[in-house]
Amino acid sequence: MISSPESTSPRAYRQPGELVIHIADVTKLYRMGSEIIHALRGVSLQIHRNEYLAIMGPSGSGKSTLMNMLGCLDTPTSGLYEFNRKNVAAMVDDELADIRNREIGFVFQTFNLLPRSDALHNVELPLIYAGVRPAERHNRALQALENVGLGNRIHHKPNELSGGQRQRVAIARALVNRPSIILADEPTGNLDSKTGVEIMALFEDLYAQGNTLIVVTHEEEIARHARRIVRLRDGLIESDQRTD
Amino acid sequence: MKRFFYEILESLHIAIAQIRANKTRAALTALGVIIGIVAVTMMGTAIMGINAGVDKSLSGFGDDILYVGKWPWRQIDDWWNFRNRPVISSRYAEEVNAWIAAHPGSPLKLAVPVDARNSTVMRGENRVENIYTAGTTADMARITKSEMKEGRFFSEVESQAGRNVCVIGYDVADALFPNESPIGKTVRISGQTFEVIGVPARQGSFLGLFSWDSMAMMPLSAYHHYFATSGDSSELRVQVDQTRMDQARDDLRGLMRRLRGLGPEYPDNFEINEQNAIRDQLNKIEYWIMIAGFGITGLALFVGAIGIMNITYVSVKERTREIGTRKALGARRRTILLQFVIEATAISLIGGMFGVGLTQGISGVLKAASPTFPLVFSFWLVAGALLASVITGIASGFAPAWTASKLDPVVALRYE
Repeated sequence: MISSPESTSPRAYRQPGELVIHIADVTKLYRMGSEIIHALRGVSLQIHRNEYLAIMGPSGSGKSTLMNMLGCLDTPTSGLYEFNRKNVAAMVDDELADIRNREIGFVFQTFNLLPRSDALHNVELPLIYAGVRPAERHNRALQALENVGLGNRIHHKPNELSGGQRQRVAIARALVNRPSIILADEPTGNLDSKTGVEIMALFEDLYAQGNTLIVVTHEEEIARHARRIVRLRDGLIESDQRTD
Repeated sequence: MKRFFYEILESLHIAIAQIRANKTRAALTALGVIIGIVAVTMMGTAIMGINAGVDKSLSGFGDDILYVGKWPWRQIDDWWNFRNRPVISSRYAEEVNAWIAAHPGSPLKLAVPVDARNSTVMRGENRVENIYTAGTTADMARITKSEMKEGRFFSEVESQAGRNVCVIGYDVADALFPNESPIGKTVRISGQTFEVIGVPARQGSFLGLFSWDSMAMMPLSAYHHYFATSGDSSELRVQVDQTRMDQARDDLRGLMRRLRGLGPEYPDNFEINEQNAIRDQLNKIEYWIMIAGFGITGLALFVGAIGIMNITYVSVKERTREIGTRKALGARRRTILLQFVIEATAISLIGGMFGVGLTQGISGVLKAASPTFPLVFSFWLVAGALLASVITGIASGFAPAWTASKLDPVVALRYE
């Protein structure tokens, strides 16, 4: 149970918009050798536009599996998954790739930037896969980097940037294709606490600008930034609460 | 389509960055391709060089000449069947020419007798040995393709009078008259004195083929006066209409059989040769050189392909996380496939270009070391070599690229 009396700043709560993700009774089975693992045992979840959601749970709770499924990296064994009213469960690899490209912005714990490419090229990558013209690509990537405060670092390679700056590049990359949701997996996990606070402040801004955020974390402190917390345990949703 | 194009550009970009980041590895990997391409281009250069050399050597002989002789120019195993054939007497020339005069529509045009032997040509103390010494008529000048470097061929009058004049080849002239003109001077051929009246232009010799450069020619009657009459190497050179080669052969064969008085039950006791026979022999040699060359090339490219395949597998393993990231960002299977195929192809192509460059370097050194060795470097050879390296790259990159494209993004992202 979480209560929010110690929540500090007065927080804006934005009215959620239309339905983006609709999951009903989803299960996922893995075969590990001769053993069958029930990662998800029947999960139902609805996420609307302009929500700020945290997914929590101990390891083995099915948290990662749910995140992979939400990110269209994986499909359910059974159950319904609709993304913007399209049936994801029935999609083939390339269709999933296109959904990921257009609708989902990923932010990883380990940043996952291309080491030999500069910040600008890293941010341009999703646009390349979307078939955007070079000039427009450049402008949009530049704009995205300026939005995260890195307009003066566009030609730096990842190893020339600090951890916080790298994560900002990754966030700019997640935003550049104007996705329906931003899916962040432990976004502060590899950052010191001060930098982590900065990143969470950036997320707050993105939420205020109307983005839909899903943050997967095991840290209460991080989850508390979200407006809604979904807790998983043993492949089932244990609780689903608003934090305001 | 536009997207596909951008993906290719992106793949090229990545491939170049990747190769630059692993220069040594890429170089070692490309070694097999380099060796293969050097082998195939060197072979091609040599074969085309041989062809050019042979063409030049044969240029003195016209394509439009049939050679009537005792021996065939092809390889024979039953020489005893030919040894006892009667020699081709020079008098046949007159009879053939008489027949030609009577049959203006015939593809046969002009017959020239050539009686020849090897002899020593001397000037004072200087001597050159084993010189092809021939007696012929003034008509020889009309059927040969050679230009005269200086002087002239002997005339009809000189020919008929059997004067002691001769035309000597470039190499003979060069050996006996270094730095001076031989025209008007005399040489001794097998002890007899002849006045040099002409030297044909240099032709060059190749692979021991007969060359105009080492010969001496004199009027037939002079030859008969001093040397033997017609012998084993006597022949008739008959100029024919090249567009009616088969008919020319038939006419000539029939005519020769009649002159020889051969009944229908007897086989030919002469041989009609043409220059193509020499070409055929050479083509056979070149064919085997080519087979060997392609064998070496194929083997080297195969080894190179395995090397590239191996290194591409390593690259896929090393960059599994990157593949996962790209897939998460929307790369389709084809995008990943393309990326690694292009990377493998880039390594192979760079190897190929390096190989072509190396061949050019080697040919340059060879040319400098022995200017007479003919080497011909052609655009098509370069294009073919580069195409071969591209195909090698695609073939070797495909399997690892396929593996990469099939990676599950979830697994790939979690890969350490």
